[in-house]
Amino acid sequence: MFKSLAPPEYLATIDTVKCIRCKRCILNCGWGVYSWGGDKVLIATSKCVKCLRCYHYCPEEAIQIHDNPTRFKANACWGYNNIRNIKRQAESGGIPLTGMGSDLPYPILFDNLLIDACQVTNPSIDPLREPMELRTYLGKKPSSVSFVDDKDGHVRLKEKMPPQIKLSMPVMFSPMSFGSISLNAQKVLAIAAKECGIVMNTGEGGLHEDLFPYRENIIVQVASGRFGVNPDYLNAGVAVEIKIGQGAKPGIGGHLPGEKIPLEVARARMIPVGTDALSPAPQHDIYSIEDLRQLIYAIKEATNYKPVSVKIAAVHNVAAIASGIVRAGADIVYLDGFRGGTGAAPTIIRDHLGIPIEHAIAAVDDRLRQEGIRNEASIIAAGGIRSSADAAKAIALGADAVAIATTALITMGCTVCGKCYTGNCSWGITTQRPELTARLDPEVYAERLINLVHAWEHELKEILGALGINAIESLRGNRERLRGVGLDTQTLDILGVKPAGR
Amino acid sequence: MNHNYQKDISGCGLTGLINKKRRRVSGSEIVKSLCLMNDRGNGLGAGYAAYGIYPDMADFYAFHVMYDDPGMRHEVEDHLRGNYHVEKTEEIPTAPVKAIHISPLLMRYFVRPLKERLAGGIGSDDYVVNTVMRINSESGGAFVFSSGKNMGTFKGVGNPADIARFFRIEEYEGYIWTAHTRFPTNTPGWWGGAHPFALLDWSIVHNGEISSYGINKRYLEMYGYKLTLLTDTEAAAYMLDLLIRRHGITVKTACQALAAPFWKRIDAMPEAEKEALTALRQTYGSALLNGPFSILFGHAKGLVGINDRIKLRPLVAATHGAFTYMASEESAIREICPKPDKVWSPRAGEPVIAELE
Ligand code: SF4
Ligand code: SF4
Repeated sequence: MFKSLAPPEYLATIDTVKCIRCKRCILNCGWGVYSWGGDKVLIATSKCVKCLRCYHYCPEEAIQIHDNPTRFKANACWGYNNIRNIKRQAESGGIPLTGMGSDLPYPILFDNLLIDACQVTNPSIDPLREPMELRTYLGKKPSSVSFVDDKDGHVRLKEKMPPQIKLSMPVMFSPMSFGSISLNAQKVLAIAAKECGIVMNTGEGGLHEDLFPYRENIIVQVASGRFGVNPDYLNAGVAVEIKIGQGAKPGIGGHLPGEKIPLEVARARMIPVGTDALSPAPQHDIYSIEDLRQLIYAIKEATNYKPVSVKIAAVHNVAAIASGIVRAGADIVYLDGFRGGTGAAPTIIRDHLGIPIEHAIAAVDDRLRQEGIRNEASIIAAGGIRSSADAAKAIALGADAVAIATTALITMGCTVCGKCYTGNCSWGITTQRPELTARLDPEVYAERLINLVHAWEHELKEILGALGINAIESLRGNRERLRGVGLDTQTLDILGVKPAGR
Repeated sequence: MNHNYQKDISGCGLTGLINKKRRRVSGSEIVKSLCLMNDRGNGLGAGYAAYGIYPDMADFYAFHVMYDDPGMRHEVEDHLRGNYHVEKTEEIPTAPVKAIHISPLLMRYFVRPLKERLAGGIGSDDYVVNTVMRINSESGGAFVFSSGKNMGTFKGVGNPADIARFFRIEEYEGYIWTAHTRFPTNTPGWWGGAHPFALLDWSIVHNGEISSYGINKRYLEMYGYKLTLLTDTEAAAYMLDLLIRRHGITVKTACQALAAPFWKRIDAMPEAEKEALTALRQTYGSALLNGPFSILFGHAKGLVGINDRIKLRPLVAATHGAFTYMASEESAIREICPKPDKVWSPRAGEPVIAELE
């Protein structure tokens, strides 16, 4: 066979002196890098994706995975990946796919924003001694409420509030479908969401019956493929999300290959086993904002008026689009920045389309305020939220809550190797191969995800305390407590943030 | 929505009194009370608000206007004459005070919007608010610092005693008084920046620093308020105007939006009340004033004192017959009411509401 001219990215190596021939690496690698050669482990290093499963499971620490030191001659214009991708395309004639969010060094504005703290003139608050409130309600709020006093002098609400999703803290799990991730991975999300008082999102893969017990903590999604959608499904969670786009692949549909559609996935999606699950690029009944309005209200009618979220990719015109979505009746606008993850997307799309989430939050929050409709919908920000600090900054810019996916998968073992589209994930996350998914014990890994969410909860409380505020709503949209470092005037202007020192 | 502003920060002392039976008392009382707390200010700002001081002009909005640029006077007066019936125009009476070398030109106008200006269905209060917003944000050099009926504020750069003498406070008689001395940490003295801050009948004195200011400001801007002073007091005043006057919420409930009860407390309430307060917090989350504050606000019907939700600034209240007193320090009350019937320290977030009979 013609040897690929695209050199391997990684060199998997085994120290044959340390190796005790236990063959665990052969068992653990989802990509089939290792095989047994009779007296030693053979290595097909060009298949290695550096997921580090073998490294963690080698009892003797005999394994090292190196970035291949053999590179093309250094060239500031023709980078390693440019040349390598051309060679791969020359060999395959196809569109190179990828998983996870873009790894190109675009500026990350979160890293240029700093949060304020109190000194003297306003005291900071100790979250260990004083209550600190993170509770968040997502959904449409009226611009004012009316009350009546009952005969005992207690206030009563005159008109009922629109339905709200209650979160114990302003964090939730982003949509990831059964199919793109394993059922066990979805169970981890569901268990953790329930335990933490937040929500997960089914993605567009329908709802597996094993998740029914978690309905109070689930948002069901309706996307262009309409997989698994029926009245029961729409009513199965606390809210319904219409997916228009995804940050990693704005304007692009989805393609779950038939190999990733075993019986269980097929049942949840209501499609035949082994057929490709194609999600068209647009929803074929939404070609305009009026169409979206009709779908929003059709769903509301079908669900006795549960909150409806509309998820869009952050694109250049995001502010105007979001305003239209709010006017079309959505209760929540979910903004997915271009750094957001994906199970599978063309690399060229992932790396070059859309805008960062930071700009999108600022632009949308500003626009909705200018139009006096900020109360009409909550804003969820997603796409590259790596820490509680990112979450706090997103909220200060104007988001009601953030959604995390990659972060959640990392707690399950994911190393962001970016090869989710292959269906071989050694960690049992983005695969349907039973021998791989069996590794991901939902109970065990949920514990880790719960730990993470609780850690962020504590960190957010510390941040609020340092800011001298004790409720998350006082951080939301409070850009006065952010400062930019190393940002140009125009960017500061778009973010509505002053430079440090002012 | 400009974000390139420098917020105004200051510490302070405040005091207030009300006679529920509308018995009017001289301003000398409140001056005495405020002057006891001289160490809470640094001589860079003091002011007074009084209700019931213009009984003969009670039907007219009393505009107190300061002109840093006297040249603006004609423009403002032209605007007023074009849109209002102007019953009376006069300089605010002042007395020479050694420590106060310069002061802006201080005028007062008793006015009523012309009928034809209200033709579009806009209420006269809203009309006045628009006028005040417009002059204060657009004129540059003219500033309306009081605009209520039968009430007025008097304030400037100086210590409490000097400002009182300058404005001849002891010559006014009112049934509600509030007063304020200021400790600004970052602003050059500007007369308009002193407290009380007033809009229509609302007058606010405030001690503290509202750490949620950024979102409070942006929230108010969504409803058309223009925050030109960049003080917490201004934000608090507009917030009360929005909630109480425009949204029709009672004073008590509005206080629960500004210093919201904790969720833990709300969750433990009886169902109907829990539902109401949950809705209040959901709707008015951006109106929550978070951070240390004590506020006194006077309005046409009474005086209210309120603390932040964990009481990070002092507030003491006392009653004596028909009088209710509220101040930063008990000593400031005892200075003018040595034997109160009752003295107490209001709990965090729980308003003290005293209403005129
Ligand atoms: S388990 Fe992962 S790191 Fe190890 S050889 Fe296989 S692909 Fe490479
Ligand atoms: S989910 Fe699996 S395949 Fe995808 S990036 Fe993580 S480790 Fe790699």
